[in-house]
Amino acid sequence: MVQRNSIFANLDLISILLWLVMMVFGWMNIYSANIMEADGGIFDLSQRFGKQLIWIGASIVLAMLLLVLDVKFYIYFSYFLYLILLGVLLGVLIFGKEINGAKSWFVIGRFQLQPSEFAKPITALALANLLTSYNYNLRRFWHLVQAGAIILAPPMLIILQPDLGSVLIYSAFILVLFREGFSANVMMMLATLGLLFFTTLLLDKDLILLILVMVSLIMYMFVARSFKKGVINALWIAGIFGLLYGINYLLQTEFSLFMLGLATLVPVSLVIAVKGFRMREYVQLQVLAGLIISVAFIISVDFAMNNVLKPHQQHRIYVTLGLEDDPQGVGYNVNQSKIAIGSGGFSGKGYLNGTQTKLHFVPEQSTDFIFCTVGEEWGFLGTTFVILLYAGFLLRMIFLAERQRSSFSRIFGYSFISIMLIHFMVNVGMTIGLLPVIGIPLPFFSYGGSSLWTFTMFLFIFLRLDASRLELLR
Amino acid sequence: MNQFSDRRYVFATAIILVALVFIIRLFHIQVVDKSYEQYALSNAQSVRVIYPARGLIHDRTGKIIVYNKAAYDIMVTPRLLEPFDTTEMCRLLDITREDAKERLRAARSYSYRVPSVFIKQVSYENAALLQEKLFQFPGFYVQTRTLREYTSPVASHALGYVGEVDQSVLDSDPYYQLGDYIGVSGIEKAYESYLRGQKGKNIFLKDVHNQTIESYQGGRLDVQVKVGNNLTTTLDMELQEYGEKLMSPYVGSIVALEPATGEVLSLVSAPGYSPDLLVGRSLSSAFRVLVADTLNPLFNRALMAQYPPGSTFKTIMALIGLQEKVISVKTEHSCFYGFYVGNIHTACHLHDTPLNLIEAIQNSCNTYFINVLKSTLQDVKFPNTAESYDNWRRHLLSMGFTQPLGIELTNELDGNVPESSYYNRIYGENHWNYLTIRSLAIGQGELLITPIQMANMTATIANRGYYITPHLVRDIEGEDQIDEAYLERNYTTIDTSNYRPIVKGMDLVVNGGAGSTARNARIPEIRVCGKTGTAENPHGNDHSIFIAFAPKEDPKIAIAVYVENQGFGTTYAAPIASLMIEKYLTREVKRTWYENWVMQLLQPVVPERKKDTTANGTEE
Repeated sequence: MVQRNSIFANLDLISILLWLVMMVFGWMNIYSANIMEADGGIFDLSQRFGKQLIWIGASIVLAMLLLVLDVKFYIYFSYFLYLILLGVLLGVLIFGKEINGAKSWFVIGRFQLQPSEFAKPITALALANLLTSYNYNLRRFWHLVQAGAIILAPPMLIILQPDLGSVLIYSAFILVLFREGFSANVMMMLATLGLLFFTTLLLDKDLILLILVMVSLIMYMFVARSFKKGVINALWIAGIFGLLYGINYLLQTEFSLFMLGLATLVPVSLVIAVKGFRMREYVQLQVLAGLIISVAFIISVDFAMNNVLKPHQQHRIYVTLGLEDDPQGVGYNVNQSKIAIGSGGFSGKGYLNGTQTKLHFVPEQSTDFIFCTVGEEWGFLGTTFVILLYAGFLLRMIFLAERQRSSFSRIFGYSFISIMLIHFMVNVGMTIGLLPVIGIPLPFFSYGGSSLWTFTMFLFIFLRLDASRLELLR
Repeated sequence: MNQFSDRRYVFATAIILVALVFIIRLFHIQVVDKSYEQYALSNAQSVRVIYPARGLIHDRTGKIIVYNKAAYDIMVTPRLLEPFDTTEMCRLLDITREDAKERLRAARSYSYRVPSVFIKQVSYENAALLQEKLFQFPGFYVQTRTLREYTSPVASHALGYVGEVDQSVLDSDPYYQLGDYIGVSGIEKAYESYLRGQKGKNIFLKDVHNQTIESYQGGRLDVQVKVGNNLTTTLDMELQEYGEKLMSPYVGSIVALEPATGEVLSLVSAPGYSPDLLVGRSLSSAFRVLVADTLNPLFNRALMAQYPPGSTFKTIMALIGLQEKVISVKTEHSCFYGFYVGNIHTACHLHDTPLNLIEAIQNSCNTYFINVLKSTLQDVKFPNTAESYDNWRRHLLSMGFTQPLGIELTNELDGNVPESSYYNRIYGENHWNYLTIRSLAIGQGELLITPIQMANMTATIANRGYYITPHLVRDIEGEDQIDEAYLERNYTTIDTSNYRPIVKGMDLVVNGGAGSTARNARIPEIRVCGKTGTAENPHGNDHSIFIAFAPKEDPKIAIAVYVENQGFGTTYAAPIASLMIEKYLTREVKRTWYENWVMQLLQPVVPERKKDTTANGTEE
């Protein structure tokens, strides 16, 4: 029988054990990656492993503090904390220090804090509070907008710093909404848009437009159950396009094929729309709407790619998609990282015996690319161990989240799971060349106090909620 | 539990899938694919940057005026340092132990693994000594760089100088790295992209002992160094040297153009400084001295000094009057020691009366041109003074006034011809007329014109109606032609026929009989056309101005000479212009007595300077 009132008796020790393993193994690798430059011992505070020891110690203290707080605190103060957070994010834009081109740090003596990290657990608390408020229904548009506002306000401020990596993480909250009943169809649509996004980068715009029109025509024939109608529309489109192309050629106005294609679609869409409304053929209108949304999407992706993203970010995406080859430039990081991991072989070169990471071939070898050190010194055995460690930890978290009777606890738990999953996926994915290089750390493992504290907050608030699962009913 | 709890399996499946994909990928790159181990072995690569020589600069005759000399930077990579014989190192490089320690500390704080400069630009001897014993000092190497050298200590304002890149350039242009050189001013800045060439990059492989064994991937990723493109300037170096010599006792400037092409033959700003001063290690200390100099040698007077044009402006008054048909060549006005209306009075000097247009230019009659202004502004074609004034100003715009002409140097200033709204603001709408602004007619008042604009106007008159934007570079190696803007003719709003009487007037200014104001600009056997001017200076003595072109038919040179604080244009500026023209057209000045006389004319009206930093003239 589980006791109701003792927090520590109800704590999930397995999670805490996994947490400690991740931190300690992470520290060992940070030590190995930096040992070359060290003069003092492991407590040398001028070195990263020395500082990381302090961060780890502090996060253990933080964990204790988070556990002894009353569980109601997290629920009742969530909005308040969220407001403070927004204030701090504004503050860092004004008073913060710029490091590597992003104004996202507060500097206190030798240590630097990145408030945008702490935004994640606090946003999760506020979201959990909103989603569990009385009469809340995710299927209602206005309620969904409220959730969207809570999720999007912090990244809106963070993007001004600008720190795009941190912003991308917030897409993880969609997964939380999905678990809470957000429409699976919409999720499918988002996935389709994702696919469209990558095709936009890979193929010419005019080609995609052609493919979209063809797919829409086929779908149209299918829903209208008429081969004839489809062919007639296809002829109309081809005819108008041909006419515009001819005019363009004669007047030498030099509009691109894409522009001509768009111009062609306008009258055709109007006719179909008007006819569709008259005849009440709503399914056909849906096909048209799908086409229009997709075209608008590829235009905005194209615009964002060329005008919003910075050149180095564009480059990274292109290199990852294999569109550009650049072993000494943007591809350098990924290339060196793959070499370091690959050279580890099956069982690795042995602890402290790595050369690639220590000789600084790998950049950021103790923060974003710490996984390289594991790969080089511990080999395939080591990397598999880390992967299984994280997968096991995440599955354990799902188990914990699902045993909550309180929706608040479950939503918070799933926020943690989603964010950690994205971090894990993107971080490891980029070091082995599967995903673009986006500078986000490996939770509990990479060097850096802000990240370590953030995930410790996530874990221990969740464990605190879990410890009181028998008292919390809503 | 709730109705969506089945979705937990979506999450679990996603996690397991991600883990599986990662493990398969890792198995592939760590266990199956052995090539990464090979890469890792050969990964100990090092990148050595090779700096290209900067493009050379020639003068219009093909003579080299700017070239390069080698300099040796001692570089250090703190990560590769091992304990070494400090005493020996200090002896080789002539530095103290404390200095060496300080420099190492600075290098460490810059970067542990990126090489940085230990000592900049050591002598060839020191570099050679160190090079021999380099094996004793792991972590150090010698980097060859180039510095600018000049064949003659002149033309520093046009050529500009080269210095280390600053932070703003580093942030905006990824080509440059800390310690790289870049053109900071003048031609060096304007043509930086041609002159700098392309840095090369050699990637070597190193073994564990840090010995170079071969080039990485057979040199496939190396970048070939590309030497900078050479430039040919439009400057005539002999003329430039001569101009700086003539101007050495004075403050002022000379701009000489080739009218047919807009090419700048010489660009003198006095006092100048030797371009040698702003090179390499001495740059910052020399720069400080120049900045502190009270006569401001860094100030490029030819492009940046804005003066009222004085009587030289009368030529333009005449041009616009003829174009608007408010006067003709035959128009006559009387003048008795000045212009009088009521109690308004502008003085003039003694000359014959009445005068027609050509004689008025020859005699530089103030009264005549105030009457021209009167006719222009009271033109019946326009409803009021402001509109006729604006029309008058439009003609001036077409001659290149009130805006930078567009020479390559970026520090050129606008000059000023006020808009009618300016006078409306001061005097009130319809409360001003030609009398209010009569000083414009004789080139005084609010008018401000830079020497290069004035020289350009002279070239326009020499061309009888058009100019080509003045420029300093006539040929870029590897380019078919220079910028299109420096090849097109810019026609003024004045017809060619209207230029002829003005040219005739300017001819008489120099070559006429009694009443000609600049007979001292005459050159035997060369027909010089000119106009004197005196710019009133509220801060001290008037400035002496002379514009001229020669020969009268098919002009080869147009020139504007400014001598500050020396009074009448005819006394100082005209002889200097005359000598410059003689020098350019005959390549030799036969009137050495005249040259000596000009050089000794100086009255003690130049402000006292605290320190002599100029390196003007090539005496002997």
